[in-house]
Amino acid sequence: MAQPERPLSPFLHYRWQYTNTLSILHRITGVLLSLGFFILVYWLAAAAGGPEQYGRAAAVIGSFPLQLVLFGAAFAFCYHLLNGIRHLSFDMGRGFELATARKSARFVAIGAVVLALVVWFVLRASLGGAA
Amino acid sequence: MSLRSPLGKVLGLGSAKEGSAHWYAQRVSAVALVLLGLWFFLSLASLDGATHANVVAWLASPLHAALALLLVVTAAHHAALGLQVVVEDYVADKGRRTVVLVAIKFALVVAAVVGALAVLRIGFGVAA
Repeated sequence: MAQPERPLSPFLHYRWQYTNTLSILHRITGVLLSLGFFILVYWLAAAAGGPEQYGRAAAVIGSFPLQLVLFGAAFAFCYHLLNGIRHLSFDMGRGFELATARKSARFVAIGAVVLALVVWFVLRASLGGAA
Repeated sequence: MSLRSPLGKVLGLGSAKEGSAHWYAQRVSAVALVLLGLWFFLSLASLDGATHANVVAWLASPLHAALALLLVVTAAHHAALGLQVVVEDYVADKGRRTVVLVAIKFALVVAAVVGALAVLRIGFGVAA
């Protein structure tokens, strides 16, 4: 007996487009933020450990590679935040129209970069480059 | 009338497990993290330098300590829920998947408890 025609999984035949780009970026930034969570805990634990321990941690966090990681975390946070709100609106059944989804996708993509830069420079100013 | 196959029923497979609770918890924690994230950013932005004294003074306030505690717990919970979905989607081998899922849970629970104890220590004024 011949196999009946079954629908294929979307990833097997859909072309790459902005919607799945944003979707996979949401997952990637989510994984990155989960790793960033450990930096937050490291920082809090150092603060609880007293000034000396905090000073050592601040030096580590202020070093170049960690600053790069933190900038990445700032971007991941802003992206995941904006796209997360977009997804919450999808969950409520809003914004599925093609034109609207495209518009909100563009807003998220551009907004995340702008917001990340704002967050980065505001925090650099307030934290004195230490974190 | 149930649409589940007898085999599916016996194996406990299918959609009638805890999928909706997981899905819902992911969304509720997301909403909480929008608010907690905003608070965290505004708090850091209003610090006058990330010195030890300033961080301790900030978290010495009961409200800020409570929100920091909630941030740590909620972020860990949200991360655990999200990473679980990612692992379930991409790790096909059942044994390896279970090991990875448990390892992720353990790591996040340890981090959450360490973070919570750190905030409590500062909040109770134990951190010098």
